Amino acid sequence: MAVIFQLAVQGAQMLLVLLLAPLLIGFVRKVKARLLRRQGPSLIQPYRDLIRLMRKEVVLAENASWLFRVTPYLIFAATWVAAALVPTFAAGLQFSWTADLIVIVALLGSARFFQALAGMDVGTSFGGIGASREVMIASLAEPAMLLIVFSLALVAGATQLSTVAAFMGSPEVGLRVSLGMSAIALVMVAIAENARIPVDNPATHLELTMVHEAMILEYSGRHLAMIELATFLKLVLYVSLISCVFLPWGLAHAGAGPKALALGAVAYLVKLAVLAILLAVFETAVAKMRVFRVPDFLGAALMLALLGTLLLFVSRSL
Amino acid sequence: MNGLTFDIAHLLAGSLVLVSFMMLYQDRLFALINVFALHAMVLALSVAWQAYIQDAHHLYITAAIALVFKAIVIPVGLHRIIQRLGIHRDIETAVGIGPTMLAGIGLVTLSMVLMLRVTPEADPLAREDLAFALSIILLGLLVMVTRRNAVSQVVGFMSLENGLVLAATGAKGMPLVVEISVAFSILIAFIVIGVFLFRIRERFDSVDVGALDDYRGERQ
Amino acid sequence: MISTVAVLLWGLAALLATAVLAGAVSRRAFATRLVYGTALVISAALLVTVASHLASNSGEVSAITLPLGLPWTGARFRLDGLSAFFLIVVNLGGTITSLYGLGYGQHESAPHRVLPFYPAFLAGMNLVVLANDAFAFLLSWEFMSLASWALVMSHHRDEANRRAAYIYLVMASFGTLALLLAFGLLAGPAGTYAFDAMRTAQPGPLAAGAVLALMLLGAGSKAGLVPLHAWLPLAHPAAPSHVSALMSGIMTKVAIYGFIRVVFDLLGAPAWWSGVVVLLLGGITAVLGILHALMEKDLKRLLAYSTIENIGVIFASLGLALAFKANAMPSAAALAFTAALFHVLNHSFFKSLLFFGAGTVLTATGERDMEKLGGLIHRMPVTSFVFLVGCVSISALPPFNGFASEWLAFQAILQSPELPQWGLKVIVPAVGGMLALSAALAAACFVKAFGITFLGRARSAVVERTHEVDRWSLAAMAVLAVFCLLAGILPGLVIDGLSSATLPLIGDRMPVQAAQPWLSIVPIAESRSSYNGLLVFVFITISASLAAFFIHRFASHALRRGIAWGCGFDQAAPAAQYTAASFAQPIRRVFGGFAFRAREAVDMPAPGALEPAHIKVDMHDVAWETFYQPIAGAIDFATERLNYLQFLTIRRYLTLVFLYLVILLLVLALWP
Repeated sequence: MAVIFQLAVQGAQMLLVLLLAPLLIGFVRKVKARLLRRQGPSLIQPYRDLIRLMRKEVVLAENASWLFRVTPYLIFAATWVAAALVPTFAAGLQFSWTADLIVIVALLGSARFFQALAGMDVGTSFGGIGASREVMIASLAEPAMLLIVFSLALVAGATQLSTVAAFMGSPEVGLRVSLGMSAIALVMVAIAENARIPVDNPATHLELTMVHEAMILEYSGRHLAMIELATFLKLVLYVSLISCVFLPWGLAHAGAGPKALALGAVAYLVKLAVLAILLAVFETAVAKMRVFRVPDFLGAALMLALLGTLLLFVSRSL
Repeated sequence: MNGLTFDIAHLLAGSLVLVSFMMLYQDRLFALINVFALHAMVLALSVAWQAYIQDAHHLYITAAIALVFKAIVIPVGLHRIIQRLGIHRDIETAVGIGPTMLAGIGLVTLSMVLMLRVTPEADPLAREDLAFALSIILLGLLVMVTRRNAVSQVVGFMSLENGLVLAATGAKGMPLVVEISVAFSILIAFIVIGVFLFRIRERFDSVDVGALDDYRGERQ
Repeated sequence: MISTVAVLLWGLAALLATAVLAGAVSRRAFATRLVYGTALVISAALLVTVASHLASNSGEVSAITLPLGLPWTGARFRLDGLSAFFLIVVNLGGTITSLYGLGYGQHESAPHRVLPFYPAFLAGMNLVVLANDAFAFLLSWEFMSLASWALVMSHHRDEANRRAAYIYLVMASFGTLALLLAFGLLAGPAGTYAFDAMRTAQPGPLAAGAVLALMLLGAGSKAGLVPLHAWLPLAHPAAPSHVSALMSGIMTKVAIYGFIRVVFDLLGAPAWWSGVVVLLLGGITAVLGILHALMEKDLKRLLAYSTIENIGVIFASLGLALAFKANAMPSAAALAFTAALFHVLNHSFFKSLLFFGAGTVLTATGERDMEKLGGLIHRMPVTSFVFLVGCVSISALPPFNGFASEWLAFQAILQSPELPQWGLKVIVPAVGGMLALSAALAAACFVKAFGITFLGRARSAVVERTHEVDRWSLAAMAVLAVFCLLAGILPGLVIDGLSSATLPLIGDRMPVQAAQPWLSIVPIAESRSSYNGLLVFVFITISASLAAFFIHRFASHALRRGIAWGCGFDQAAPAAQYTAASFAQPIRRVFGGFAFRAREAVDMPAPGALEPAHIKVDMHDVAWETFYQPIAGAIDFATERLNYLQFLTIRRYLTLVFLYLVILLLVLALWP
């Protein structure tokens, strides 16, 4: 009986991230629009967009290969699995031991690998430009992310997200400057990974500046819907990651009853909303940077993460 | 020692190192000065916290000096100078930002390892304070070394001095006189450098200190 | 009852006999099939022998002394856990390469230059791993080097290949010299050349440091450690592709075996700083190797540079194991050592696979330059699929095998804050950062390798005429691709298999993984970290199928082919696609100034002028310029001078010999 309940909770988490993902994007867009004193599209517009894309026919480039058609499903699957393994409202779920934080990062890496390949499949300059810039950004963002994982693992003594979240919620953490550095670095990496301003602009289709959009320029119809949904999921993943590691309050723990789970769900929704508002405010306040300024930005994240790890390595023996 | 007091002192001193890094990252003059103001503000907070936990009232004066002069007067003054002189607002770095930050990490590591090794008996807070202070001093020097622009060199110098103040407050029983004299010597240095800036500017139409090299008589 | 090692030696004798036979019949038409077929059978037999030895009595040591070689020593051979593991790597590689050779060898232009040396090369690698005294080791090492040199020389009409072979020969002799000196130091004044005697003797700290340095020079130069790597990307690609696969995938592992055998086994307890040296060298090698690979446009050279990166990863794990071992932390040392060995196995799989793929591309198109390829996925679907598997594996992406070993290495790094030395505390996280950077750059590199070669539109006319290659080659690649997946989703079985190699050298092993539920791997405790490749694979498969099913059921099926968007212009020329160089340009601008002192010069014509703009990129291999060129210059200088000695009269020669004799006698007389 307990196992069935656990499985149900895990299933609920998988469905929750999937269903919440478009809503989160809609919410961010709405807040951004309101900040610019526009009305903005309705909150459920992303759902409508997805449904409309599903109904449309696919226009496939003449040169597209099987890889191009398989990739959307692979990207979606890898991102979904990764997003389902990050604690949202409850930690220590049935399958949480399948993958630790390093694996989650690497799963996103797999999704990006195939996305970059799909960008190069059609053989236009746009796909190439997007893929080449994306791997450049990833080549700095991924090590930064892994160093953040290192410092979390050093503090909590584990790379297992549930254990990390449980530890970060306990009073013995204290205010550590290296954790602060990791938090800042994680936010910077999250911005870059989700192709948000100032690294990339999700709303632009100007050839010279786009990165993520350039890779998926040739996608249409149901394929595009899959990729868009994966992009939404990735944002949910990062927001959940930040909230479960650095704002672990209210998270239900392993073997919690329905009441704790409900409380966790409410807390999770509040955290999502707060972080989404912060993201929208930040995006409205800053300007997009030149592509070749991005390495400096991510280099700073990498250095911060490294510094945090070093400080922890050194100060553990204090 | 109480866990929370230690944590807050650690956090403030560590943020000072972080802000030093932010200085290394800046490539605009105004932004650099704003970050410097932030640096001084964090320093003031850190000193005030030390004053509270050490119950040393004279440190509050030091904190106030840091807040008024370094976080407000000097940055405003520098803003004015830049506007009056019409200095080019991009900082020309002698070395790229990436290598500079890498060097900064190396320096922080060096000072951590050095300080923690030579002070095994001192209490943890003082040890850490000293290690952070040395890092800030070295980072300030790094800012001075890697920037071509005289204004940013001034900023680097003053952030270096902030490191000295942090070290002085971390060590218990440092008399107030020393700190005040340090603070005033910095102020004087600031004035001297300000005057100096005007002079360079009048002579050479630029505050790039590289321009001075041409007049040493060594180069043709 | 004949001992296992004797059986293995009989097998090797058969391989050497095949080499001789091949020399005799190599110009006949049937020779290719005969030689590769025999090599395949013998390698498979050796593999089965070692595997059954491991399965029946793991940890059992089997030794033999043959009355060969120097009259008063004989040649000793021994099979223990470590050599058994490396024998499996060598013979698995040998078996599959021979399978590939059955097809690929048919296209060889000069088979008589390849066939005799191929079995000899295989035998040489086996002998190095089995050797149990310094004499047998060095002799086998030199035999392996010379056989591979002859294979590099097989296409000697090409000037570049001759130069590569020359540099390889110089480096191989240099490496052997370093090994000779290292064994000299280990043998000590007593001159005991047997490994068993060396193992009991404990060299002083100075001698131990010197041996470590010499091993890094000797084995490191063979494995491709920076800054001794410069010969590798020249020599490995110059050989025929299946030999490139053997050299990159297997021979570098034999070099690593030599390093492990001496440093972990013969040298006794390590000093903590030896870990620092090896770690740092490993980290730098990983990053520089993959950056060089990213800048390449020659597919085989790209793969060779990526070998350097993987060697760096392995050495970094070994350095970590040394550091833990020096500080008496056996369980952490076992974790790091297992990660290194696991990566050895994985790299032998995917690097062989990728070189085979490059070989089939070369056979089909005659091109190694990626910028002349493109769009091969339409012409060679099977090759491109298995090549893609190799790319995903080498980029350390789950659920394939490269990720499993990198994950173990990261877990080992996370054990290191307990290390007491300050130097290690600072170096280890920095090296962890370097490994993460190299993993991310590897993914970028293989996006480029696959994307430019197989995707997009054809960049030259040859691609239009190509088609899939023979079944043997495809079968060999498919087997390796399956291995890559299996080792990735069942890492626990591999880790348990490695315990017999880890236990004698480290004194501990990783916890038994087969007992874990659902075949997941747990290095220390489940609450700390765990990874289940099988479930990740299953989850991805299920969710992808669910998505596909859902789309198929509810979404539109309509599909139309149209031309790609070209900003309103008609179909742009294939030359307008991104090339290998333009793909790497952002990364070159980020890291190039650091790593290669890259400089760009743009020559832009005046507005309105009709001539094309030019961009010139100037890159330097720092290691080449600071290490190789002075050495090469010195050798040239010395040979120039010594050349004089070839034109003397007999009386002068006699005088020289006489003087030398007198000097030696003087030294003897004056020796205290």
